[in-house]
Amino acid sequence: MNSEPLIRIEGLTKQFSISRGKNLRKAKFTAVNNVSFDINKGEVFGLVGESGCGKSTLALLTLRLMEPSGGAVYYKGRNIFDLKYNAMRVIRRDLQIVFQDPYDSLDPRFNLQQIMEEPFIIQKQGSRRERSERIAQLLDAVGLGTQLLNRYPHQLSGGQRQRLCIARSLALSPEFLVCDEAVASLDVSIQAQIINLLLDLKEEFGLTYMFISHNLAVVKFVSDRVGVMYFGNLVELADKENLFGNVQHPYTAALLSAVPDPFGAGKRRDVLRSGVPSLIDPPGGCVFHPRCKYATERCSREAPCLRDIGGGHLVACHRAGIMNGEVK
Amino acid sequence: MKTILKNKFIVIGGGIILVIALISVFAPLLTDYDYGKVDLPNKHLPPSLTHLMGTDLYGRDVWCRVAYGGRISLTVAIGAMAVALVCGTLIGTFAGFVRGWAGFVLDRINDVMMAFPMLLLALIIGVVLGPSLNTMFFSIGIPCIPMFYRVARATTMSISERSYVLAARSMGSRRWRIIFRHVIPNVLPHILVIMSSAMGGAILAESSLGFLGFGIPQPTPSWGLIVNEGKTFMFTYPWTTAFSGAIIALTILGFNLLGDGLRDHMDPKIRNSPGR
Repeated sequence: MNSEPLIRIEGLTKQFSISRGKNLRKAKFTAVNNVSFDINKGEVFGLVGESGCGKSTLALLTLRLMEPSGGAVYYKGRNIFDLKYNAMRVIRRDLQIVFQDPYDSLDPRFNLQQIMEEPFIIQKQGSRRERSERIAQLLDAVGLGTQLLNRYPHQLSGGQRQRLCIARSLALSPEFLVCDEAVASLDVSIQAQIINLLLDLKEEFGLTYMFISHNLAVVKFVSDRVGVMYFGNLVELADKENLFGNVQHPYTAALLSAVPDPFGAGKRRDVLRSGVPSLIDPPGGCVFHPRCKYATERCSREAPCLRDIGGGHLVACHRAGIMNGEVK
Repeated sequence: MKTILKNKFIVIGGGIILVIALISVFAPLLTDYDYGKVDLPNKHLPPSLTHLMGTDLYGRDVWCRVAYGGRISLTVAIGAMAVALVCGTLIGTFAGFVRGWAGFVLDRINDVMMAFPMLLLALIIGVVLGPSLNTMFFSIGIPCIPMFYRVARATTMSISERSYVLAARSMGSRRWRIIFRHVIPNVLPHILVIMSSAMGGAILAESSLGFLGFGIPQPTPSWGLIVNEGKTFMFTYPWTTAFSGAIIALTILGFNLLGDGLRDHMDPKIRNSPGR
């Protein structure tokens, strides 16, 4: 953990403006609010949170597929938002992404040959022969055969499509791969296959992952460290063991208690009060306080900072420790 | 090429257009009459072996005029559609892809164009460029651009949100490459549908322009002109309108089938399925 991080995210913020009907004044909402963390080389960084908490926005920002409202992303010490267009094109080889919906991420008018060739054409890499050798290698690595090269995406199953997306994202030999809900739209049995494939490929190609999911079981299985996002904020970040064994933030506790447990008959769920607050008019102080049963007057007044409570376990909560790892 | 010929729509539609085009090209070999020669004693003759489609109000052979008329009508329709399709698709795709202020400005220009009556806009362009065949391409094509623009822009906006566009960007693809490799091929099928329906309008617009003196000068025939001339006698001597109208309908049908066929041919899901 003492090596220079591969990815350093600093104060990343993204605001969207939306017009509200008759009211011509544009309303702003913050999708990602001042998020900072590091991802070390060779690790799997898990990112969890409920729908709409800003996970995917954060993913797009990390790869500069979207411009931020503030903050920086350092890749190997260089802020990617400072890079000029051509330098960014070169860096993009190292930063790749696998999307949630494997059908949506493949052009229906391209056959597999064209899909797999695209990254090489874009980056002007390799001769015709080198490309076809490399494509065969990649398809083999993800468990697809070259006999499929004349097929079109609609002729593949969901699992095959996702394997193809993974093969394509690996074509340019990236260092860092973002898996944005990469297994969420697949069958459970296929999910397991794809997750194992991703873990194997990590060893084989020396990859670093940012693994985004709302599925805690999956994140627990694959990740080394886990960050929890709520409402655009990073609320807790820790090693997997610490996060799942020594919960500090009430929101994380609520997330964990929501996981169905086949052996936990009669277990009390930690059901949250009220719904997700309005994005346009967020609560003052700690964004979680309206739903938190431990909230005090201070929580509604003052937003907590992310602080280290020992061993790299970061938590943004005034009342951290009140649960002492015990969830009532 | 083999797969193209398997598509019945393309074969039938293309066949119809090809036959009509050949008739117009080889019109001098198919008729002995002069399309412009007035022969008043023989006006309004019904179809017979000497006059296959009868004669019109000036006693001219309708078959001869229809055959020659295809030269103007087909050229103008295809030329005008080419102008509208290329401009509308490119500008619409650009506007849908970049959005922002450039998209806003293009949208407003498009709104202004749509607010003009099509014929008035065609006349203005005709006056500015002067009457000629090439002018017709633009005076009919340009007013059709908004139809193509709107579809191209809307489709582009939905396509540019798709993950495969984002994936191409994440690989470092340049914008123009994404537009030409991913966006336009996926927009084109929607555009072809518009083209099929705009084709008929273009053929008729040519006759309106001719009637107002901004088209091809008399007596050179065009299908729209023949229909117009026969209109007054539609119930007493229907053959003039009927035959020229039928050939317009047949041409539009041909283009419709061809358009549908091409749309299907471009879709891998349909192209490779059996039974087409």
